[in-house]
Amino acid sequence: MSCSRRKLLKSAMTATLAASLPISAFRFLSPAECRAATGTEGTRWVFLIDTNKCVGCGFCVKACKKENEIPYDAPVTRTWVERYVVTEDRKTHIDSPMGGRDGFIDPKIRGEELVDPENIAKTFFVPKLCNQCDNPPCVQVCPVGATYQTGDGVTLVDREWCIGCGYCIMACPYGVRFFHPVHRVADKCTFCYHLISKGRQTACVDACPFGARRIGNLLDQDDPVTRIIMTERVAVLKDEYGTKPQAFYLGLDRNVR
Amino acid sequence: MTQELIVHGAEWTEKLLYVYPNEYIYWSIQIVMYPYMTGLVAGAFVLSSLYHVFGQKDLREMARFSLVFSLALLPVAMMPLMLHLQQPLRGIYVMFTPHFTSAIAAFGIVFSTYAAIVLTEIWFVYREYFVQQTIALQGKEGLAHRSKRVLYHILTLGAYNTDPAAIAKDKKAVKIMAAIGIPVAGFLHGYAGFIFGSVKANALWMSPLMPVIFIMSAVVSGIALCMLTYIIIMEWKKLKATLAKGRGDESVIDIRGAEMDVISKTARYLMMFLVAAISLEILDLIFRGYTAMKSWDILRSVMFDADFFKIFILQYGLGNALPFIMLLLPGLTIRRTAVALVLVLFGVFMMRWNVVIGGQAFSLSFEGFMHYHLPIIPHDMETFKEGLFGALTVAATPFILFWGLNKILPTLTIGNR
Repeated sequence: MSCSRRKLLKSAMTATLAASLPISAFRFLSPAECRAATGTEGTRWVFLIDTNKCVGCGFCVKACKKENEIPYDAPVTRTWVERYVVTEDRKTHIDSPMGGRDGFIDPKIRGEELVDPENIAKTFFVPKLCNQCDNPPCVQVCPVGATYQTGDGVTLVDREWCIGCGYCIMACPYGVRFFHPVHRVADKCTFCYHLISKGRQTACVDACPFGARRIGNLLDQDDPVTRIIMTERVAVLKDEYGTKPQAFYLGLDRNVR
Repeated sequence: MTQELIVHGAEWTEKLLYVYPNEYIYWSIQIVMYPYMTGLVAGAFVLSSLYHVFGQKDLREMARFSLVFSLALLPVAMMPLMLHLQQPLRGIYVMFTPHFTSAIAAFGIVFSTYAAIVLTEIWFVYREYFVQQTIALQGKEGLAHRSKRVLYHILTLGAYNTDPAAIAKDKKAVKIMAAIGIPVAGFLHGYAGFIFGSVKANALWMSPLMPVIFIMSAVVSGIALCMLTYIIIMEWKKLKATLAKGRGDESVIDIRGAEMDVISKTARYLMMFLVAAISLEILDLIFRGYTAMKSWDILRSVMFDADFFKIFILQYGLGNALPFIMLLLPGLTIRRTAVALVLVLFGVFMMRWNVVIGGQAFSLSFEGFMHYHLPIIPHDMETFKEGLFGALTVAATPFILFWGLNKILPTLTIGNR
């Protein structure tokens, strides 16, 4: 096929004109406009848990289940509270009946082991939720990109796109993910993203009568949560997996799993 | 409880000591079947390539057979994945929006590439046969003959040239396809190992050796299945010949001789790969024990207490050591080989089981255990899909497909001519 210069220029002109109409439908955004549109610049949501203040009442678990519509009686939960009982013989007994939803009213561990109160060296409660990792393994392994990290550091699941393979559940070292009993897709704690992105608190933070749970913005130097993380001795769970967890703990014991 | 809740995994998981609330055996029998079936595909293909690429003449008989068998196994590698998805209708999204940091995302691409290679290779192997059939069936009456002719006519794709030069070209193409196919088959299965080996949250799975272990055991199982199916078909032929012509007939003796010859030669390759697979697995185990990382305590208690029988008796003992000795002892007979092959297949299956289910036998908290109870009698879709019958459906499908494929692509008659 031959093509003269005149013909080439003519076709190029036509193509340019034809393309300019649909292209003009797009608008170029300035970086500032982009930032405003996404609205996440300058925010990194983090969680602070003061285990010294937790009494294991389970209000947080109840509130979470209701707020996020996780079937109340299903044995899965976005957040849970663990009870640790360390005995004088240096044995650790752990339980979390129904995720600690109804509190810890039974002195028996898992309803079977009864620990002699005289024999207890220490006992405490540890609330758990998604660590909203900086390097989330669950996002890495999702084969369809249905789980993703928002600009402000929260990992979410697209219920319309999740194929339900369970790879993310397997990849999470903290066991925070599960299959939603109704939607039948992967589900996890979102830090109540629908609330915090509107300036409100998470359901669990709201429900905690003792201030054991707090949420904050790590990029805001004046945020009280950030101040504590910066100035006090905080720990994270399972650092060794390289996930860079962003739920910080005060008073974390070495027995905590 | 007002509404029926299906907490995936709660049905078949039994928790012991402290297990996180959301932990269940999420990956059940179908995920055991998945690497098992892909392993068989890859293994069957590698076996056929040993003849086509490396010119291992002793595998000539086996080559066509295992090539078509790997085609029959191909769709079945996908089946367990579909059966285990919570949203099976969305399975195709893996092709639409592959997220390439995920090992599973590559599945669509690797799998289709592999399928294309197998189909191309088969076409080149059988092209001459397609042409012959089209000519032979010409002018024959009857709907069956005519539709068969149309089918072969389409399968030739219009390439009717059967000059020696054209046939030589076909052979060359087969060789090239088989050569490309080996790394792709290796990759197809190696990455199945990678899916597990790269899960850093799982203490049992996370190992760089995992993909290699998976490939080796895949080849072992693939060869074993091809040999076993070959034996069954040859025995059937022998039986037919015996019934028609009597025990001492020449053709019966012929079949017996040919069968033993093929089997004893293929068995050598089987043993080579078996040794490689076991060595790697033992190396992995020794390394874990010696380095004794944080997870070793719980792994040890799973391996040496809860799953001791499954790992050391069923997998290593019954599935590896015993068949190895059986194949090694002099005076190998068809019957002994068949038993050894069944044991080898069982051993590889147990290896998959011990990896997939064993990897979920302990809690991420390292403070508790989970037991898996395989649903046997299904009472809903989930217990069917992820139960004994779902697994049996997957296991039976390749044989049905192979039977169907054999009608169009005869695997054994060609070799005899």
